[in-house]
Amino acid sequence: MQNITNFLSHFFVTGDPMIYGADASIALASIGIVVVLTYFKKWKWLWDEWLTSVDHKRIGIMYIIAALLMLFRGGVDALMMRTQLALPNMHFLNAEHYNQVFTTHGTIMIIFVAMPFIFGLMNIAVPLQIGARDVAFPFLNALSFWLFFFGAMLFNLSFVIGGSPDAGWSSYAPFAGAELNPGVGQNYYLIGVQISGIGSLATGINFLVTILKMRAPGMTLFKMPMFTWSILITSVIVIFAFPAFTVALALMTIDRLFGAHFFTIAAGGSPMLWANLFWFWGHPEVYIVLLPVFGIFSEVIATFAHKTLFGYVVMVWSMIAISFLSFITWLHHFFTMGNTAPVNAFFSISTMLIAIPTGVKIFNWLFTLNRGRIEFTTPMLWALAFIPNFTIGGVTGVMLAMAPADYQYHNSYFLVAHFHSTLIAGTVFGIFCGLHYWWPKMFGYLLNEKLGKWSFWVFMISFNICFMPMYFLGLMGMTRRMYTYPAGLGWGPINFIITIGAFGMGLGFIIMALNIVWSAIHGKKDTTGDPWDGRTLEWSTASPAPEYNFAHIPTVSTRDAFEAMKEEKREGRTKPQLPFKPIHMPNNSGIPFIMGGFMFVAGFGFVFEWFWMGIPGLLGVVACMIARSFVYNDHHHIPADEIERIERAAGRLS
Amino acid sequence: MAESILSLDSKDKKNMPLEYTTEEGDLRIVGFWIFLAAELVLFGTLFASYLVMQSHTAGGPTARDLFKINPVMAETIILLVSSFTCGLGTLELRRHNTKGLIAWLVVTVILGFAFIGLEANEFYSYAVHEGAPISRSAFLSGFFILLGTHGAHVSLGIVWVTSIIIQLAQRGITAVTARKAFMVGLYWHFLDVVWIFIFTAVYLTGLVI
Amino acid sequence: MMKTFKMKGLAALVPLLVLLTGCSDKIAVLNPQGPVAREQYHLIVWSLIMMSLVLAIVLIIFIYVLVRFGRKNNKGYDPNNTGNRKLEIIWLIVPVVICILLAVPTVRTLYALNDPPKATAKAPASLHSNAMTIDVTSVDWKWLFRYPGQNIETVNYVVIPAGIPVNFRLHAYDAMNAFWVPELGGQQYTMTDMSMHLWLQADKPGTYAGRSSNYSGQGFADMTFNVLAKSASDFDSWVSDVKKNQPALTMNKYMQLLKPDNVKPMTFSSYPKELEKNLNKAQMEGKQTGKSTDNSMPGMNMSGNNGKGGYNP
Repeated sequence: MQNITNFLSHFFVTGDPMIYGADASIALASIGIVVVLTYFKKWKWLWDEWLTSVDHKRIGIMYIIAALLMLFRGGVDALMMRTQLALPNMHFLNAEHYNQVFTTHGTIMIIFVAMPFIFGLMNIAVPLQIGARDVAFPFLNALSFWLFFFGAMLFNLSFVIGGSPDAGWSSYAPFAGAELNPGVGQNYYLIGVQISGIGSLATGINFLVTILKMRAPGMTLFKMPMFTWSILITSVIVIFAFPAFTVALALMTIDRLFGAHFFTIAAGGSPMLWANLFWFWGHPEVYIVLLPVFGIFSEVIATFAHKTLFGYVVMVWSMIAISFLSFITWLHHFFTMGNTAPVNAFFSISTMLIAIPTGVKIFNWLFTLNRGRIEFTTPMLWALAFIPNFTIGGVTGVMLAMAPADYQYHNSYFLVAHFHSTLIAGTVFGIFCGLHYWWPKMFGYLLNEKLGKWSFWVFMISFNICFMPMYFLGLMGMTRRMYTYPAGLGWGPINFIITIGAFGMGLGFIIMALNIVWSAIHGKKDTTGDPWDGRTLEWSTASPAPEYNFAHIPTVSTRDAFEAMKEEKREGRTKPQLPFKPIHMPNNSGIPFIMGGFMFVAGFGFVFEWFWMGIPGLLGVVACMIARSFVYNDHHHIPADEIERIERAAGRLS
Repeated sequence: MAESILSLDSKDKKNMPLEYTTEEGDLRIVGFWIFLAAELVLFGTLFASYLVMQSHTAGGPTARDLFKINPVMAETIILLVSSFTCGLGTLELRRHNTKGLIAWLVVTVILGFAFIGLEANEFYSYAVHEGAPISRSAFLSGFFILLGTHGAHVSLGIVWVTSIIIQLAQRGITAVTARKAFMVGLYWHFLDVVWIFIFTAVYLTGLVI
Repeated sequence: MMKTFKMKGLAALVPLLVLLTGCSDKIAVLNPQGPVAREQYHLIVWSLIMMSLVLAIVLIIFIYVLVRFGRKNNKGYDPNNTGNRKLEIIWLIVPVVICILLAVPTVRTLYALNDPPKATAKAPASLHSNAMTIDVTSVDWKWLFRYPGQNIETVNYVVIPAGIPVNFRLHAYDAMNAFWVPELGGQQYTMTDMSMHLWLQADKPGTYAGRSSNYSGQGFADMTFNVLAKSASDFDSWVSDVKKNQPALTMNKYMQLLKPDNVKPMTFSSYPKELEKNLNKAQMEGKQTGKSTDNSMPGMNMSGNNGKGGYNP
């Protein structure tokens, strides 16, 4: 009996009222979901329509729902940190908790918010933008999602079972090794992130093939919408960066579980190798979450300035240049690791070079606005706010790139302010922008503009209140990841202002959530499929798009293909209605979900070093792969009369 | 004729090998090449880590102490031959000879098993008889993980080839099975190429330096 | 129209620059108290000026465009305005020029920081030379300072002569940390698998706050130390005072210091010779248990006495 209680008290995280609160709310929410689904007899619907779906639009929506939930958790983490730091010598969190909270905040925001949110938006928009009926590998797409989902669930489980990781999202060795950091927390990080990382790699391959091979006839590479371009380039970065991370995570897992010596202090291990491998992925990762939002902003700015993008070709080449440079700058994350002067000089300069294509893009956006007819919708506001706010992040990035100056900024709040300026003003503004922009395409109704603008202004102003003072805090010598600080250094008032800003951002997020709920009930229906006077093909089909996306695959002759089609219509040149043909579509499959489930079981087993659980889990994964290999009947046809019925119901037949 | 989920593609498919004749097959083969590119980065990272670790023997056995040329040569020859037999299989595939294809794939699987057996034996003798397990030094960690990753790939390849042999026996050569057989061939050749790098970077340099 | 915006933009920049290049001594990085920090400060100010310029240009164009074309039915609407070769070349060349203007001083400073700063004061007698060497070891979660020339050891504070270049040799016993005294100069990591060097020098006597800036676990936030810069005569009397009045550091006491916790500042009049090997945790534990598993890390272990670390004079 004693043994069992002992085990349980280690297994479940105990002793903190906040965690009990979380336990209770997780349990209540789970019970609530089960009760609702059972009461409304929705289990079958959930399974048939969502969990087994291979439809890119549904997968996109599931990505976004999961990412929003994770954003909520990462945001709560942030607010807990800011509460602890609001005043000197606070005792809201102790060091142990604070360390766990900043670790989960960073990991969740990058891996489980930024990436899946972007994956969600690209799932929704890319096939529609290129006039395709789905992605190249719909089954693999579902598998990517479920690997991400179960990886995220495994990571989050650490909060209540076993204890959270506390080595920072960058998990530097040797601190993250078994000797200095025993327990299961770090295993959760390594394995949870690993599982979702495999899904990310598959997504990269999937979208690269989709964009290369499945564009509508006539859409040459340089006629693609800019968002599609950004995803093409991002996919290439994913393919070349993620394997390095897979290896890094695996090596550290092996260090911890099997006593190897890759990153240990003992037996010749090299902690510096971890930093190199981590940032060889980590720096390109920054562009994995930035280039897609550059694409979103390009779409939104062109749409609401009612102009074609200025300098399209240069915009594309800038992104290609950025993607190339992103692989030769990783060392700027550790200028202070004793590199020789020539090495630091090389990486200083390569980092500065990134400012050139980025600057070019900023000016191209500004000149797209120039001579435009600017319409201040909610998505446009997010896009416009991006320009000045991101520029601040960009110029401080150049400052950080100067190695000798970096010796003074490194690991200080100056750095924290810099990367939040780029990741919030870039990625977060971008995903909110894309969310409002493509929302009608996802659900068939618009989000409320008034609430949308309120959430924008509250969030954007609070963001500046939160992060501008951090630059000064950094120059005053406050370093990141300190759980508290003494009074008398002059840091207190600045920290207090920052905390106010942080809560303001929370308020902005709540208004956005309210907007989603309010609009779900009262939102304006989008009957045309083209609520914004859009320029690209996703607006040429109904909102929400039918399962097969396009009854007829469009033919493309110029950039901004849909704008050209509308122009033709205005000039009275309409094409004759072609007869419908049956459409060949992939079948739903439960295997991705089940395989993700096995991964979860395997991952959980390895976290606790329970090989009796981990190995059968992995065998289950292999069994799923074999089972899939024997499935031959994986497509069905949508008959022509059904297509006609669907099109008529959507009001698209005159 | 139904419209595919894919974009219309008016390319003349008649003169292409069977595995490329469907758009789906075409897509999957392109995707698989890209996957192999990602695998290349994965092995590249492992090679880089190994080369960093090579000299970190922490007073334990060095590459020179451990490596013996004979078993390594045997492993190399077996894997190279298996790549050759796999290639012969693809040749039979082109000639639409199901039996020939299956026969060569079976030979490939047997050689794959032989390779894995020899490698497992090598690992076992290092870890148990020579006192050089993975936890002995950073060098050995790098060695076991680089080779172990390759070995795990070969093992997965064996499972994959076997499942394709069964499918070929059930269905004969169709556009789908042809594509699968072609892809597994690419994978097998890729592992062979990785082994050549292992042979050079790990064993040859290890024996010389 | 354009002009007024430009004027306003510049006017808005002035207080910002005043604030940043500022006077407040609370802003440690902008309040350099030694030649190393001053070099970095100059670089920071230069980059701030350049970057403020860039930001100003972007903001001016941004505001102009929004005001002019944000009105309904504005006159200038031209959907065919989709490219301008001349403009595009300009905004390609200008950032290149700015990058060059920043890169040149960056590289120059990088090389300059390799060399010790010039001494500005007479060296104390107890130094026996014009430069001082101090071995710094980070241990969870404290700083150990060893003075090989004086055979003294201090914990969580360090005493240096003002106006004399000090060569801090940086080691880690366990987790990675970073040694940072913002008023005297930028940081460097302390690591178990490579030891490094950092030249610092204080202009005048005073107390300068230092801390670890690389997260290393539970006691990290309290991993602070003070650098006490003393005049030559004060330094000499401090050394002789320590020699006279402080206890010796025994191996036993040292092993206690290696346990993870936060401690108060301490002073010892001597230390065991053993410490000069700068053993890390694995090496120390190997020694304790009697099996020397690990001494050789060819190509990496640069903790020898004449130190060939990467960041090396």
